[in-house]
This record gives sequence, structure tokens and C-alpha cells, in this order.
Amino acid sequence: MDRRQFLIGLGAASAVGVVGLAGCGTDEETPGTEPTTTGEGPVEGGAGGTVGVFTWWAEGSEKLGLDELESLFKEKYPNNTFENLAVAGGAGSNAKAKLAADLQNGNPPDSFQGHAGAELMDYIDADQIVPVNDVIEELGGASVFPQNLLDRITIDGDIYSVPSNVHRANVVWANPKVLADAGAAEVPADLDSWISDMQKVKDSGVETPITIGGTWTQVHLFETILMAELGVDEYNGLFTGGSWDSDGVKSAVSKYAQIIEFANTASDGDDWPAATDAVIEGRAAYNVMGDWAVAQFASKDQVDGEDYTYFPVPGSDGVFDFLADSFTLPNGAPNPEGAKDWLRLVGSAEGQLAFNLAKGSIPARTDVAADEFPAYQQSAMESFGADAIASSIAHGAAVNMAWLSEISTAMSKFYSGREEETLVSDLVAAAETYGA
Amino acid sequence: MKKVKTWLPGVLLLLPSILLVLVFVYGLIGRNIASSFDRVETKSGRLVSEGGLANYATLLGSERYQHALWNLLVLTVVFVVGAMFFGLLWAILLEKGVTGEGAFRSIYLFPMAVSFIASGVVWRWLMSPGTGDYEAVGLNRLLIELGLPQLQNSWWSSDSRFNMAAMAIPAVWQLAGYVMALFLAGFRGITTDQREAARMDGASEWKIYRHVLFPQLSPIALSALIIMGHMSLKMFDLIYAIAGQNSYVSEVPATLMWLQLFNLNDPVAAAVNATILLLLVALVVVPYLVYTNRTEKAGR
Repeated sequence: MDRRQFLIGLGAASAVGVVGLAGCGTDEETPGTEPTTTGEGPVEGGAGGTVGVFTWWAEGSEKLGLDELESLFKEKYPNNTFENLAVAGGAGSNAKAKLAADLQNGNPPDSFQGHAGAELMDYIDADQIVPVNDVIEELGGASVFPQNLLDRITIDGDIYSVPSNVHRANVVWANPKVLADAGAAEVPADLDSWISDMQKVKDSGVETPITIGGTWTQVHLFETILMAELGVDEYNGLFTGGSWDSDGVKSAVSKYAQIIEFANTASDGDDWPAATDAVIEGRAAYNVMGDWAVAQFASKDQVDGEDYTYFPVPGSDGVFDFLADSFTLPNGAPNPEGAKDWLRLVGSAEGQLAFNLAKGSIPARTDVAADEFPAYQQSAMESFGADAIASSIAHGAAVNMAWLSEISTAMSKFYSGREEETLVSDLVAAAETYGA
Repeated sequence: MKKVKTWLPGVLLLLPSILLVLVFVYGLIGRNIASSFDRVETKSGRLVSEGGLANYATLLGSERYQHALWNLLVLTVVFVVGAMFFGLLWAILLEKGVTGEGAFRSIYLFPMAVSFIASGVVWRWLMSPGTGDYEAVGLNRLLIELGLPQLQNSWWSSDSRFNMAAMAIPAVWQLAGYVMALFLAGFRGITTDQREAARMDGASEWKIYRHVLFPQLSPIALSALIIMGHMSLKMFDLIYAIAGQNSYVSEVPATLMWLQLFNLNDPVAAAVNATILLLLVALVVVPYLVYTNRTEKAGR
């Protein structure tokens, strides 16, 4: 195993070169080897010591959210010193490379950010994180976290992370003026009527009715179409041994192919805000994006209901395509008790309120009052409580990193070649190699 | 045998760097090659790599790797030829003694000072694939404005076997200035009396270049070729910055290696990939080293 560790360390050295020494620091503590699960419970004012928290929340609303948590942490646990170990760039990909190296080299932070769900499997498999059952129980367990969320982060009876916030992925953001001009103002009930609405929009002179960005935004769009076409149960079944070769998947692929014919021409490296901006500018009618897009509309002074509207991807009404950020307790964390103080804060109602108000997401807890949040978040909180939950592929909730990488490559290949059969066979091959 | 006094100080002086190179270059190369033969099974019993030479057969036989190699070939040919052509062209123009030579030299050389990551962000926008009046931005928009809309294309995103030729454009832009500097130094190293002598003998300008100047530049041309060639084989940051992580159309072995190591959890495949890449670079560099060694000895 040490050869692998060594290789990853070597690769990450170059990654650090890419992000420009962003990852210097925190090697003064030697990692402890004693088990870190034996907690003595919370200490008033905190366990003391430095608590290094690793995230990729280095800019924008994410950073504001982290700042809120940091000041709350200082207030509630004055004995502890908070250390922000955020690594910027690449939507987390730079950070993940740096993190992989630190973990392999036995030099973990006290707590790190990870998408709740299958993405954590990679860390669990490698013995890099330990269960946090005691913290979840202390926080209230199933009485404050929805059971179907806990099910998704429980592996072999253990819970490995404390969810901090939840995002919804299957949201269509639309420009009501463009839709009214095209006579397509009514929210379509299924994928077929959505596609015919796109034709109407195109006929009205808007050449790109729907917008997409780089590869991951295409995976994102595809997953929402997949769940609309298959229904939530069959969709969730894909990740527990279900067939990727079914007629449902094939027809989802062909609907996806029709839909991207209506889309702008994107390159693999494009980011998402440009695609959202096209809707704001009226150059497009629809964009499918996670609900972090609401911050993009707000930053351009767009008024909810007037300048933009939103609805679940047609056919997926009543399904909440979920992704969540969460915090972990690494195996051999230098200050496990301090890290637990951090997890207690992240999981507390107070912490979730402050963080999610700033970040624009919704709390993972069900006991946070909704009336403090803006209109969109209120509607999302309501759906999260009522809807069936599906896990996002593009954001690490449904599949592990390797599987996601294979799906992404298949989507990138499809985008340039547009061969439906190849996409289906690539998806089948990815599930066979990396699936459960 | 020479006296200790004459060789010992030299050896002592070099010893630290020899040791460092041994450990951190050759030691790590050895370690990498050793890991490329590993057999890996996951906890759950899935066989990731068979071990031994079969690891190489698996990678070389995969359709994805062959696609990446083909991309690399296209990129390298277009990049090396392009950089050499423009480098030589600019060097000849400057060598003729234009006014404001210093300014032009700086303009051509400056792109080299920009990191690939930074210029990659700009080129990603310049080479946006959207075409037609509604969608075009960057270079395609420029072509429309210039009245050449038929030249618009999807650049590296196009569904063509030769799409990587477009990825060579930013690389040429960035490094042709460096080739120019090499050639310019070469031209300046040739005394003017040789040209004058040739002119006295009635040689045309073209003949002076062809028979007097170019032959003396061939060692420089070879160095430039080797430097450009090995840079192209290792090209990673530019492609990563322009095309993102999971771009199939622009995949080359170096970007695939990143995915294998960090996303696909397959360090052995990454090590195999790295070893093959090292061999490819060695194929280019080693003959050159042998050649320079020989010519230097002959010149002594």
C-alpha cells in the first residue's frame, strides 16, 4: 500500500504547484494513532487546541457561510482556535487532490468537507474517516435529521459525517418573459411537452432555448432527465445493482439527445454561471442547475417570480434530487475532541441557520424555522420535507468518485460524437466496473 | 592515477547534487516503475490490476488510451512545426534589423512569461465552440466581424480526429517567442564578414540563408526541436485549464494520468502511464544527448 500512498503524494505535489502553494501549513502536529471514536462528550467552552477545518469554500457565498460558522465557533467554543484550511479553485478539484495527498500521508486535517453519500465511500474504504454516531446522537439523531437523509449517510450501521446543508439539483430556472413571448408560459407536465415547449421558444427567435456549460453541467442535466424518465425508485435502483441497459435508460438518453439539440454549443471546460446568465439576459429560456443558482440571480438584482421562475425538471415533480455537504472526522485527526466541537456546531440548529442563510442552501435539520429564509429556500425546505429523495450523480451523492469520473467522460464523449448507443454501453461499462 | 588533491574537491562540490538527483529523480523514477508492476485487489475483491507486464498490455490495449495517444501525436506535430515555423520567421524578420527591434522582441517573448493556467482561461473563451451570429464569441466572433464567417469552427471541441490541432494554437502562441530567441541568438553568433564574403561572390539573399546561415543554425534548430517536443509530450496544465477534468475529446496521456491517480483510484494505471510517457520523452531526448556528447568531444 505504501507505494500507492507515495504516488498520490507525488501527484499531489504537482497539484499544489498548480494551485500555487495554497496548501502550505499545518504539519506541525503529528497524527495520533489512538482510536478517535471514544468521546467523553462535550466540554463547556470547547476541548481546547487548534481545530483545522479543510474546505473548498474560498470565495463567494460559500466563503460567507464559512465565515459565519467561524465566528459562531469562536463564540461558543472560546477554548478552541479555529484554523481555516480552505483550498481555492477548480470547484473543489484542487482541494480534493491536496486532501487525498494529506490523507494518504497520514497528515489529515481535524475535519474536512465531503459530499454526503457515495463519495464518502472512497474515504471509508481507505480507513481514512471514522464514524461520528455519538455526535449525531447528541444532536438529536432521527428526531432532527430526516430519516431518508440519515439512510443515505449510514454505511453498515455507522454514520460517517454530519450534514451541514442541502441543495436541490433538479430545478429548471426559466425566464418568464421569453416563455410568455413564445406562448409557453405554462409549466410543462412531462419531458415530451417540455421538448415541444423548447421548439416553441426556438420558433419565437430564441435560438438556444436551453443552456448548458461544461461536462459536469451535462452530467447534472442528464441525471435529472434520467430521474424524470425512470421515476424515483428505478432511478435510485441504478446505484444498487439496477440495470443501465433498460429501455427506460435508453429512452432517457434519446430525450437527453433531443434536449441538447436545443442547447447552446458548450466546451468541456465551461463553467455554469455563463449558462445561468444567458437565461437572465433572455438569450435562453431554461437552464437546469442546482439551487445555488439562486445566488447568481440575486447578485444580478433579479426579482423572484418577475424576472425568473423555477420549477422541478418536468417529470420529476415530487422528487427532490439531493446533494449535501457534510463534515467528517478523519482517522488520526490531530485534535479529535476539538473536531467534535466543530461537528456539534455544524450540526446544531443555530449553526445551520447562520450558515445556510449566508450560503443560500437549506438546512439539513428539520427543526430550523423556515420563515427566516428567502422565498426560494422556503419552497425548497417544504419540498425536502415532503418529496421522495433521489441522490445526485454529478455531485457525489449517488456514486463514488471513480464511477462519477467514468460517467463524466462518457458524457463528454457523447457531447462531441452524439452516439446514443455508445453512451448507453459506456454507462453500462462504468456501472459494471465501479458499481456496487 | 591522479592525485587525490586534484579530483577530491570537485567531487565533494558535486556530491550533494549527485545525491539529491539520485534520490529525488532516479530513486523516484525507479519507485514509479516498480509500482507500475503491482497487482491490486480492492477490499471487496475487485481486481484492479493484474500485475506485471499485463498492466502495460491492459493500458496499451484500451481504446481510451489509444485515443489519448493519437491526440498527443496530433498536438505534438502541429505544435512543434508551428512553433518552429513562427519562431524562425520572427527571428529572420528581426535579424534583418527592423526599427523598434527591442519592442518586437519583447512582444514575441512576453507570452512565455504567462503561466499556462492563466493563458488557458483566456484561450478557453477565445476558442469557444459556438458558431453563427447568435452564439459566437471569441475567435469565431472575430472571424464574423472580419467578414470570414465560413472560417468559424468548433476548435478543439469539434468532432474530428484532428481536433487537437486547435489545442496547439495557444501553445504555439506561448512558445514560438522562445524559439525565436534561440534562433536570434544563433543569427547574432554568425559574423557579418561571412555574409559580406558571400555577397562579394554574388550570392543572392536566399542563397546566403540557404548555404551560409542555415547550416550553422542546425544545432540550434535541433535543440529547439527537442525542447518543444518534450514539452509537448508532457503538456498538462494548458489542456487542464482549457478543457477541464473530464474532457474526452482533448484527453492526452498526461491528463488521463491525473484522472487515473485522483479520480479513478487506480495509481497503478497512472504509474504505467507515467512510465510509458517517460519512455516516449527518453526516445526524443536520449539520442539528442548522445549526439551533443559526440559533437562536443569532436570539437575539443
